[in-house]
Amino acid sequence: MGAGHAHKLYVRGSSPVHALPPHCKLAAVLCFVVVVVSTPREAVWAFGLYAVLIGAVAALARIPAGFLLKRLLFEVPFVAFAVLLPFVAQGERTEVLGLSLSVNGLWGAWNILAKGTLGVAASVLLAATTELRQLLLGLQRLKLPPLLVQIASFMIRYGDVISDELRRMRIARESRGFEARGVRHWGVLAKTAGALFIRSYERGERVHLAMVSRGYAGSMPVIDEVTASRAQWSYALALPAAALLVCLLGWFL
Amino acid sequence: MVPVTTAPSLEVRGLAYAYPDGHQALFGVDFSIGRGERVALLGPNGAGKTTLVLHLNGILTGGAGTVHVAGTPVVKANFAEVRRRVGIVFQDPDDQLFMPTVREDVAFGPAAAGLRGPELEACVRKALSLVGMEEFADRPPHHLSFGQRRRVAVATVLAMEPEILVLDEPSSNLDPASRRELADILRSLDVTVLMVTHDLPYALELCPRSLVLSDGVIAADGPTGELLADEELMRANRLELPFGFDPRSVRTGAQG
Repeated sequence: MGAGHAHKLYVRGSSPVHALPPHCKLAAVLCFVVVVVSTPREAVWAFGLYAVLIGAVAALARIPAGFLLKRLLFEVPFVAFAVLLPFVAQGERTEVLGLSLSVNGLWGAWNILAKGTLGVAASVLLAATTELRQLLLGLQRLKLPPLLVQIASFMIRYGDVISDELRRMRIARESRGFEARGVRHWGVLAKTAGALFIRSYERGERVHLAMVSRGYAGSMPVIDEVTASRAQWSYALALPAAALLVCLLGWFL
Repeated sequence: MVPVTTAPSLEVRGLAYAYPDGHQALFGVDFSIGRGERVALLGPNGAGKTTLVLHLNGILTGGAGTVHVAGTPVVKANFAEVRRRVGIVFQDPDDQLFMPTVREDVAFGPAAAGLRGPELEACVRKALSLVGMEEFADRPPHHLSFGQRRRVAVATVLAMEPEILVLDEPSSNLDPASRRELADILRSLDVTVLMVTHDLPYALELCPRSLVLSDGVIAADGPTGELLADEELMRANRLELPFGFDPRSVRTGAQG
């Protein structure tokens, strides 16, 4: 739909995955993540199967593997901690390449890394096949508190406006010979942040005025109704269902 | 729709208002605008123009005096009705366009009034076609030029089929081509217009009649050409024509 609303996480396409209603996809990703997280960490093969499942969905959505892998780099700062675990954890130790590592720590690191990567991969797929505003409609449909949905939608609308304002303020600062160097200039930057806050607050008041003038009375009117057929639901839930099967096997084998 | 009435689109009687901090902005404003008229509200900065506009749909209330829109008094019980009938186009389109796409923004007003489905779609398409912006329906507003955003802002209000269109500084920040395009659009609309501006040539071009608001009262009310030619009146109210502009030398389409 929205031409030009190209977020860099979104990959334009017309695959069956793109066509699914957003709330089905959201529910499917959530269920998938829950299933993955509740899989025992010792069932290493299960995580391999999950990765195959994700790969299959990506292929169906025609998302290039390179794109998916590049977006996965996202998680690096979050899992950096996992790398430390084998060194600092207590308990039985083992030798790997001459390093003394904790067995428990190794399992812990594997656990975080595997589950985290699968979760991020699923979310990246969701973001790559669903437009931001579609996601909002999906969240609205899933009965997320309307206030949160409204806040998120205003963030999307005004993010650019506010960063533009910030850019103009930076240009104005630099045009008068200011360059932020070192701690001594933090005061100026803090004042910029304060000014930006006040400007945004006042804009918020003006936007509210415009909304009230057009009949806003506390809740957003429903403009696009998103609906899903039973077939679409079962299609979307195929992913978490398959994952659940793997998970159960992981517990009982 | 509403039954045909002979009541004027807008009737303001004895309107006075002081802000909570004690600053008095309006001191008894009286005027009336007939159905289908295009009227300019002129006045220097700080004359109370914006304060007056915010009274027209009940955003500000609590002072003395009354406002009637097509015979309906602007009181709390009628706010929903009045806000549908008075379409205010604010000065900064970024304030007016708050939805993720143009289409959703234009749909906001009618949807808030309860319109759904194909009727809503038809209403949005009609409003966008009136301002020549149909092909931009699925664009996010921040990807449009300023002039396009202003036109969409007009469409968001037209979608509610207002009795009266109130424009706050419609020509501000527009380049000459966008300015002319907006003028063409406004002329083509079959709706009562109140245009708040200090762009005097624009007022002369579009509005046969003008009101001069100065220090919170209506200082003059008459044909735009005559008011602009009255040098003493202009000087007394801090209104100035652009350099080299002579209102007597301009033949306007405003009468038509």
